Amino acid sequence: MNCNEALDLVHGYIDGELDLVKSLEIEQHLGSCPACKVQYDQVRELSSGIRAHALYHAAPPALRARVAASLPREPGSGARAWGWGGMAAALALFTLLGLGFGLALLQPGAEERLAREVVAGHVRSLMADHLMDIASSDQHTVKPWIAGKLDFSPPVKDLAAQGYALAGGRLDYLGERSVMALVYRRRGHVINLFVWPQAADADSSVRSDSRQGYNLAHFTRAGMAFWAVSDLNPEEFNAFVGQVRDQVASAR
Amino acid sequence: MADSARRRRFEQIVLPHLDAAHNLARWLTRNDQDAQDVVQDAYLRAFRFFDGFRGNEGRAWLLTIVRHTCYSWLQKNRPAEVSAVFDEEDHAEESAAFDPEIAGAGGGNPEAIALQNAHKRILNQAIAALPLGFREVLILRELEDLSYKEIARVIDIPIGTVMSRLARARTLLQESALLRSISGLPLVEARK
Repeated sequence: MNCNEALDLVHGYIDGELDLVKSLEIEQHLGSCPACKVQYDQVRELSSGIRAHALYHAAPPALRARVAASLPREPGSGARAWGWGGMAAALALFTLLGLGFGLALLQPGAEERLAREVVAGHVRSLMADHLMDIASSDQHTVKPWIAGKLDFSPPVKDLAAQGYALAGGRLDYLGERSVMALVYRRRGHVINLFVWPQAADADSSVRSDSRQGYNLAHFTRAGMAFWAVSDLNPEEFNAFVGQVRDQVASAR
Repeated sequence: MADSARRRRFEQIVLPHLDAAHNLARWLTRNDQDAQDVVQDAYLRAFRFFDGFRGNEGRAWLLTIVRHTCYSWLQKNRPAEVSAVFDEEDHAEESAAFDPEIAGAGGGNPEAIALQNAHKRILNQAIAALPLGFREVLILRELEDLSYKEIARVIDIPIGTVMSRLARARTLLQESALLRSISGLPLVEARK
């Protein structure tokens, strides 16, 4: 590989887009060419600098309302005068109804059903402006607040050091029980982590899935069920899930 | 009932990506009000074309429409920017100065600006000054975290072109007079 080729491929390498053969080639080249290595370091630094410091222009709340209001309504809908809260309530009701029908008619697997509820819960949390009941990045604030509301004490860890800042928590309802939803943020992305006690003999490994553009992962550990959901990219999402799992193990 | 099911599906798959839609529109138009108009228009289009949407990549699909809407809007209102999509002779400082949010980030008190804030501002100005065609790949990759494959689909170019365009965008940033004026400052100061 010559330097000209390497200078382009360095970008694919940093972005994790090269196949194994090309990755090995570029690693070899960087090991033997100090000039390209300098360029590689600079591009990597630039990339993480942009990710850390470039402005992420999240949509202002007024735009959210404006977009929702501008979508055509189906004729005869009672939802016309409803705000977001009403819409969320309708969605929640639908989810519950859907759950009932699903049980009666389709009998999808328990896991499948739960996965649907987790995604619906995530979407609802983003739509209804009800992401958090308690906004705090301090695990020692969030944990006692939860303890007063639930009959179990979920492990609450701030993962800011790992790049996933704890933003707060809220109560939610999944799989016919009250659960804790911990909210983490990474750049503009929200991660919902649902936690509840689950009697299981053994810890299970992480199972991943994706639906409707969201990544899902779940596992059981230390007698708790964990379900994570986000629109974060799979690599960072899986890294997050790994961090949570490790933290739970070390808390034991 | 089919209509309400359709709308519900739209609300679940497309609405949650409003932040991504706005972020892209804001970086491409470099103006708050224009970005909001574009996003609203893009959502109406998305809703209209929603029946044609298959699969589960709601975000990339929406961003394709947002980008397209941005280009139509720019073509109509600021045609010079579209014709200069890859014009590297873009007057960097000049065009970046149009962005009030970035220009105003210093709060009018230069002495008090911490080094990192100054640096952040310069970085954002340099990105805003990139020609449109390079700016969009950079935003889609670094801020929206799309894969090359997704970017290729959004912009409708081959994957190899995504990599070379991204390489060019980053090189332009490195060479930018703005960033060079502060060269020597580490880009990621918070890193331990």
